[in-house]
Amino acid sequence: MERHFEHDLEELKQRLLWMGSLAERAVHQAVHAVLDAEEHLAETVLSEEDAINEMQIEIDERVQRLLALQQPMAADLRFLLAVSRINGDLERIGDQAVNIAQSAMRVLRHPQVKPYVDLPRMSELAEGMVRDSLNSLVRADLDLAQSVLQRDDQVDRLRDQLFRELLTYMMENSAVVFAAFELILVAKNLERIGDHATNIAEDVIYFVAGRDVRHPALDRR
Amino acid sequence: MEKTKTHASQHPLRLKISNLNFFYGPKQAVFGLSLDIPINRITALIGPSGCGKSTFLRTLNRMNETIRHTRVEGEVLLDGQDIHAMDVVGLRRRVGMVFQRPNPFPKSIYDNVAYGLRINGFSGRLDDLVEHSLRRAALWEEVKDYLKKSAFALSGGQQQRLCIARALAVDQEVLLLDEPCSALDPVTTAKIEELMFQLKDSCTMAIVTHNMQQAARASDFTAFMLDGKLIEHSETPKLFTTPSDPRTEAYITGRFG
Repeated sequence: MERHFEHDLEELKQRLLWMGSLAERAVHQAVHAVLDAEEHLAETVLSEEDAINEMQIEIDERVQRLLALQQPMAADLRFLLAVSRINGDLERIGDQAVNIAQSAMRVLRHPQVKPYVDLPRMSELAEGMVRDSLNSLVRADLDLAQSVLQRDDQVDRLRDQLFRELLTYMMENSAVVFAAFELILVAKNLERIGDHATNIAEDVIYFVAGRDVRHPALDRR
Repeated sequence: MEKTKTHASQHPLRLKISNLNFFYGPKQAVFGLSLDIPINRITALIGPSGCGKSTFLRTLNRMNETIRHTRVEGEVLLDGQDIHAMDVVGLRRRVGMVFQRPNPFPKSIYDNVAYGLRINGFSGRLDDLVEHSLRRAALWEEVKDYLKKSAFALSGGQQQRLCIARALAVDQEVLLLDEPCSALDPVTTAKIEELMFQLKDSCTMAIVTHNMQQAARASDFTAFMLDGKLIEHSETPKLFTTPSDPRTEAYITGRFG
């Protein structure tokens, strides 16, 4: 017997995935506004921000309603808690995409500092983490969620590499300071997106296995 | 092999049940059940109708012996003593029971509480002890001006608390509660649950309930039974957030069968 509640949970998951696809697309467009010097992509990201924010509110309301009316237990409870947290992370990913889009518009007023090598790699990595964290939710795939956690270090290393490189450019030629600084912000935003994807993967592990893998250094019961 | 992974056994125990079997004539209702019930904690028993949880509860003060053609095997230790070797009246003086439908005696409110004391030859100040018991059952303020009125004049929730006061008067160490709130509205249910919480200082409780939210709210440990067997027993927050057995998961999320 499939109950109405299960239908509601499935619908909630579909809405969350739709929000995830909006956030993923925003990141992709924002980064490519920088990489491909396409200002209209940045404008699209800014104009679509509201859609993500509206989704956040809609999903929160659905979660609240199901918690209040169905009083879920066990995996259902963990799923709703995970969705609630993932919802917040997706909204923050949307915000980071907006930050990148705004940097893009400022960067494009200046000549390109250097050929982009690490930035595309970093964005591919971060976007892949977001995509796979959501896929791991769809498939309840612990291995995939775990692989997202492992990729976070690579993103951090690329960020450090970019920082060093751009600082060198800035020291050599003060004319590039403004544009290089914006690129540092973009790298910082991408690194934060990786962190949010990591949070999502941790929430998926909590939902699927009931294990809290955040902050492993903390001594838990 | 039943899963009994639990923290209950890390507490001092009031009741220790080992390998309990119970039969109604040829029909077995409880199968090899082992369970630790810690002192001054609330243990909830949940499971679908007919899973044997009420039958099991009633074995703990040998209430089932009043039913003909029943048979019990296994060991139930109360503070280390085998209850089957005890005088049954003495056992029930220590292990009381509160039923689904309140069952006050057809006497006054006062006499309901005093009755157990009188037949036990209590010779102290009866008035004080009646008041003390009614206070512990969170009923005193509501009935103090009507003590001579019939217990049947009380509401269902008040009658249920009167039955608890009656048990407390003779200082029962264990209270077995068999669906004590199923006939009560949510406000009265909340009063009974609050009372249970307050009684934890001095009383060990085992409650059978169909209401999973009640088990989740009110108990420290929860045992899930199915077809007369104990499937899972653990701390209540653990059982309701991350149950170990898929059958527990299916039951508490309503996907059973």
